[in-house]
Parts: sequence; C-alpha cells; structure tokens
Amino acid sequence: MAQRISEEEIVHVARLACLALNDDEVKLFSQQLGAILDHAADIEALDVSGLEPTNHPLPLSNVTRADVPQDSLVREEVLAQAPKARDGQFVVPPVLGEQP
Amino acid sequence: MSATAIAAAVQAGQRSALDVVNEHLALIESADSEVRAYNLVTAQAARLQAAAIDERIALGQSVGPLAGVPLATKDNLCTKGVATTCSSKILEGYQPPYDATVVTRLREAGAVSVGKTNLDEFAMGSSTEHSANGPTRNPRDLTKVPGGSSGGSAASVAAGFTPIAVGSDTGGSIRQPAAFCGVVGMKPTYGAVSRYGLIAFASSLDQVGPIANNVADAAAVFDVIAGHDRRDSTSISGFVPSAQAALKQGVDGLRVGLVKELAGGAGSVPGLAKDVLARTSEACEVLASAGALVDEVSVPSTTLGLSAYYIVAPAEASSNLARYDGVRYGLRVDGATTAAMTTATRTAGFGAEVKRRIMLGTYALSAGYYDAFYGKALKVRTMMCSDFARVYERFDVLITPTAPTTAFDLGERTTNPLTMYVNDVCTIPANLTGHPAISVPFGVGDDNLPVGVQVLAPATQDSQTFRVAAVLEQAAAVQR
Repeated sequence: MAQRISEEEIVHVARLACLALNDDEVKLFSQQLGAILDHAADIEALDVSGLEPTNHPLPLSNVTRADVPQDSLVREEVLAQAPKARDGQFVVPPVLGEQP
Repeated sequence: MSATAIAAAVQAGQRSALDVVNEHLALIESADSEVRAYNLVTAQAARLQAAAIDERIALGQSVGPLAGVPLATKDNLCTKGVATTCSSKILEGYQPPYDATVVTRLREAGAVSVGKTNLDEFAMGSSTEHSANGPTRNPRDLTKVPGGSSGGSAASVAAGFTPIAVGSDTGGSIRQPAAFCGVVGMKPTYGAVSRYGLIAFASSLDQVGPIANNVADAAAVFDVIAGHDRRDSTSISGFVPSAQAALKQGVDGLRVGLVKELAGGAGSVPGLAKDVLARTSEACEVLASAGALVDEVSVPSTTLGLSAYYIVAPAEASSNLARYDGVRYGLRVDGATTAAMTTATRTAGFGAEVKRRIMLGTYALSAGYYDAFYGKALKVRTMMCSDFARVYERFDVLITPTAPTTAFDLGERTTNPLTMYVNDVCTIPANLTGHPAISVPFGVGDDNLPVGVQVLAPATQDSQTFRVAAVLEQAAAVQR
C-alpha cells in the first residue's frame, strides 16, 4: 500500500513547523500520521456540502474593551523571562544570517 | 475531610488554616514520591497564605468560601513568580509575570494552592505519561496510569493530598483522569470559566474546570471560578454560576437520554468495555428510579467526533505552539541565525507527542490538504452541534460512559498513538460543541478499578450536570 504521507512530505511539513527530525523520526511520523489520517477517512469521505464550518462554539465575534488606557505587564518583569535581553529589548541572533 | 467541611471549620475558627495546610503538605511529603502528582510543591507560599487567613479570622475579618482549603493547580495555569512548565522542557525556568484568572479567583476565595501538578506535555495526552517529568501514577493502583492530561490534579485529589484541584479539558483531560482515579471532574461550558492565563493548547476547545472528591466540593469550586472575565474575549458575559444551588434538586421529571452511539449496541463506536457499559446502564436505572424519564437516543455524528477532534485540536495546537521560538521565554538553544536558533530550540524543547501533534496540525492546515481535512472537520463540528441541539429539544441531559475502559497499565499505550487517542471518544463531543459535562464515579469495573459515568447538558446548563451527578453519587455511596 502506498504511504498516505511520504517521507518527503514529512520533511517539508517539519520545515514549516520549525522542527528538525532525524531519519528515524521521519520514518516513524510518516507511518503514524498516515495511520491517524486513515482513521480520519470517515470524515474525509463525508459529503458536507451545504454545511457552514464551526470555528468556535460560541456566537461571538470582535469582542472589544472600552478604549481606555490601562496598565499592562511590567516591562522589566517580562524581559526577565527572556533567554537574552538588553536595553529593554529581546536579543536574537542575526535574522538574515550576516554576522553583526 | 471535604473541602466544604474544611472551609466551614476554618471560618468558624475551629480549625487553623495553617494546621490544615501543614497536614496536607506532610501527606504530600510522605507519599508523593510514589504517586508523583506534583511538578512543584510550593510549601512556603502555602503556609504564608494559610497563616494570613488565620490572622484575618483572628481579627474578625471575612474570609472566602474556600478558606483554608488546600488546592492543587495544574501546571499549565500561570502563577505569578512560580515556575509554570506545562511539563515541557521548552518552558524550563519560566516564571509567569501574571496569574491566571482562575488562580486569582481561587486565592481570593481562600483556597491555598500547595503546588503545580503534572500533566501530559502541553496537555496533549490521556495518561500523563507524555511528561518531561516522567509519569504520574494512579493512587488507586500504582501500576496504572492516572489518565490525562490532568493526571497530576486527579491523582492529588484521589491520594488525599488536596481535597480539590483545577485542571483543563480540551478533549476529556479533566473527566477521563477523574474517572480513572475515582474522583469527580467537570468541564464547564466553553466560555463559562476564564482561559486568561491558561497556556493554550487548542483555543476553541480548552476549558478550565474543577476536580474534587465529591460533587458538592466540585460545585463549590465551579461557583468560585466561573463567571465573566473581561481579560478573556471568549468569556460569556452575564454567566452566573449556580452549581451548589442545584445539588439538592433531585431528578424527578428530568428527561435523561442514554446516547446509543456510546452505549455498546448496534451502531455504537467499538472498544467500549462491558463492565463500563454495565455501570452506565445501572446509572440510568438509578436515575429512572429517582423519577427521571430515561430513554435511549441516537446522536449519529458522535461517531465522527474522534476524527474531527484529531484534526481540529492539532491544527489549533500547531498554531498556538508557534510562539515557542526561543525569543521571549523558556528554553533557547543557540544557532547562527534566528531561524536556526528557533528550530534548534523547538527540536530540543518539545517531546515526541507534542511534535507529532504539531506535525499533524501543520499538515492538516497546509496548502492542498486544508479543505480535505481541516475544512471537513469544522463542518463535522457543525453537524455535531445541530445533532445535539435537536436531541436537547427532547432531553434535558445525556448519559454516556466517561472513558471506554478503566485505567490501563503504565506503558501499555505509548507506542501506538491511536490506541491512546481512542480513550477520548466519549469525552470529545462536549469539547467540539462547547457543552458542559461531568464525570462522576459510579462503582468499579471487573478489575476493581473506578468507573466514571458522564453527564452532558446543553451550553450554559452547567448546574444540570451537577444536579444529576449528585443523585448518582448518592446512589453509588449506598451501593458501596
């Protein structure tokens, strides 16, 4: 039986998800995700034309608060949780690959 | 001693909150090395809070309805300045700069949190084995899983470490461990309890709810934590909880439906154990003899719930967990570029089950597959909502088993994810529809382990679930 999700697809999806998988994980996820989607074949085969999607169980949209200034979290406390921070900002490695 | 009895004794000055808390801390100290319910015990903070309650009482000041009651807090609820890990390496060292609304409300009510309980990493699992801290064990039988993902919270209550706990429920994560551990667990209506400070797994399904040794204690916790919160945009405005008021109403004249698709007969989902089904049908007999009008009812789309859930929940999870990028909190594994750092951090920080669900969700949302899986699953959700709405025209509440079996062996289901996922087949419908549901212990299985029976009700009718559970609890106590 052809695999439902090929190993190439697993590698592609892992890149989208920012995960690095080793060869064993690629094989395993290809099998396991395939089996899970096989189980979902019942809904894949279903005729749902004419039905609207339910994204959310409540009939709510665009809940807004009053436009009044209020306190937010303390900046120092928030930055204290960051792996690296400096001068009130988060510090990250070069974004485009160039060395600083 | 029940939570309500402790609170009454503390309020009356008959018991010191500090003594109560110390007794429970001593129990945790002596027995949690076997159960492993806790990621962190916050003994010092608990003692300080208890002493402050005693001081207020000595001064004649008012204290809350849960004054001095020891509480276990699931480790995916943010606690200011106290490590909150979701049992994941990726949140190592994280101390939130704020409290979850539920945490605040419980503290203001006088409940004293004694620590943070273990869970399946990011609440993804049904056995509390997928934890970076190792598994929690079932206090009823240490060779069995406690269920999950709120396994630590359920185990804490079952072991007597705390009379009450809070958990979160995305596909059954409060109710199934409650059933496995022989305690009461309740998932409120979506939006009844604030999700502010609950670390997100699947935002359209997650709800925080109570776990307790008895229905009255669970109702007392529910009445404290439920209600509108402006910090959660999905909070129902105007919702006023009234669970405790419903406890003594009885079920005379109540219309009760046994869901055929989860009752083991023709057209039922497979894999439901005979002993669990027997207890469920005995629960219906008890309700009938208490005056309820009991009938079987078909809710056809229930059989599609599992498939829909295991598309929708991972899809939302893959999006929610994109925030763990090594920039703002938790773990960072260095890399030459930001992209390399993010990938290295996520690869080292997430466990296997979380990676599996992120992969599944990312796949289901990716170009070319979106309509086939995610789009379909959302429409199945619509089918389920209409099916339940139709059934609730003729019935006030519905009955099903909570879980297909009693607690299984540690290690039994960790290799094949599908064998784990099928655990959630009875609990998932309430999450997909947003309806409230409770699991109440009702006898034991052939293995002498607890069986839970589930009571479902329409949205915002949370008190009905407590009302029916109270009747079942009383009958179960008589039979014992």
